[in-house]
Amino acid sequence: MTRFLTCGREAVLAEVDDLDAALALYAALRAARLPGVVDLVPAARTVLIRLDPAVTSPAAVREATAALEPEGPGRADAGTVEIPVVYDGPDLAEVAGHLGITQDEVVARHTGARWTVAFAGFAPGFGYLTGDDATLDVPRRSSPRTRIPAGSVGLAGRFSGVYPNDSPGGWQLIGSTTERMWDLARPEPALLVPGVRVTFKAVR
Amino acid sequence: MRMTIVRTGPMTVLKDAGRPGHAHQGVAPSGAVDRGAYARANALVGNPPGTAVLECTLGGLRVSFDEPAVLALTGTDAVLTVDGTPAAPEQPTTVPAGAVVAVTMPRRGLRSYLAVRGGIDVAPVLGSRSTDQLAGVGPARPAPGDVLPIGELPVVETRALPISDRQGPLEVDLGPRDDWFTAEAIETFLSAEYTVSHASNSVGLRLDGPPLARSRTEELPSEGVVRGAVQVPPDGRPIIFQADHPVTGGYPVVAVLTPEAADRAAQLRPGAPIRFTRAPG
Repeated sequence: MTRFLTCGREAVLAEVDDLDAALALYAALRAARLPGVVDLVPAARTVLIRLDPAVTSPAAVREATAALEPEGPGRADAGTVEIPVVYDGPDLAEVAGHLGITQDEVVARHTGARWTVAFAGFAPGFGYLTGDDATLDVPRRSSPRTRIPAGSVGLAGRFSGVYPNDSPGGWQLIGSTTERMWDLARPEPALLVPGVRVTFKAVR
Repeated sequence: MRMTIVRTGPMTVLKDAGRPGHAHQGVAPSGAVDRGAYARANALVGNPPGTAVLECTLGGLRVSFDEPAVLALTGTDAVLTVDGTPAAPEQPTTVPAGAVVAVTMPRRGLRSYLAVRGGIDVAPVLGSRSTDQLAGVGPARPAPGDVLPIGELPVVETRALPISDRQGPLEVDLGPRDDWFTAEAIETFLSAEYTVSHASNSVGLRLDGPPLARSRTEELPSEGVVRGAVQVPPDGRPIIFQADHPVTGGYPVVAVLTPEAADRAAQLRPGAPIRFTRAPG
């Protein structure tokens, strides 16, 4: 069931029950190409629909969105990416300690899980990945780092992610990749966009 | 034609109508902070909507051109001077090649928009020439000595856009998360006086004033935010998101400014008093 929340004169916030429903609604909205809709922001439980008030109105967008029929709990497939990772992150031991398993087991679970890009945010090219291994659940660092190098692979809550650029951040770092998450030379600079399926592969 | 940057003042960046359509890649729309003043500057020189201009915070900008150029300045009461002579405000002004064109320090307002007929023609990034100062996406900030190409857009006749002289409280629509706050907090928000903090920029206006208490204290999963959204972090002091806002925010948004109010907010200086009122239907 989609609930519509007022979000000013140039947007509508659609709220659903969970991440799967948000991704399904996002996929349906993308496919529908509603007139006057200029941007879609999928998130954990919502899709923000930005509109051009010269073309449409919040009421018209609400009505058109309510009439969509998002496809089941399945997630729209937006391609597959394999990310090679050197598992030498500064928080690998702490993550293993927190989960009560060996460092090798952390690597085995991270590479064994099937991840999906749920939504983007934080920085250009940063995708929040959700996995099918519920045991990989760690708190953020109590004190964020002021500088995390681009390519760092991290965990926070049940999310995994790769920092696209040098930035501050509070995720637990378990490894790093040379794969570029954000490259303006590509037609779509972000490698990880909502719906993309991701696997991590351990390399040296 | 080319424009040479002689001085930039405290902060001068390129802005246009922004880059909507990239939120799924983690990129926010950005664009001019005061959209009305931006659109008026382009209309005055006959540029089509969406053309890139200079957004100059607190004056101090100096430029020159290698050919005669047609300029207009909007947004504040800053004065455009040509070799030291003031030009008429809010009017297209033709300046000769080699003249030093300056934007004075405004007494009222914060962000001035300098449009050049033909537009500033640097390479767009993801379809826009706006510099998103939070995400670091877009053309580099102009620096003294930079030479920027001016385009050759056909002149379009646009009816003059009115200057808003609205005063008084900023109009808002409550939501999307007004139900996360106590009734007293909503009443406070719609009646108290706030002050623009010095820690404000094109990402957000931070406000000092009475904190807003929440009725729901659980964590809000991050969700998409818009320009003009009034987000309330755990300390209870509201932040008004401006053009360079993040794609998503992790704290509840109590209300969203109307586009007109968001434009007025763009011109508020640190220390300015600010009140909110509900917008009519």
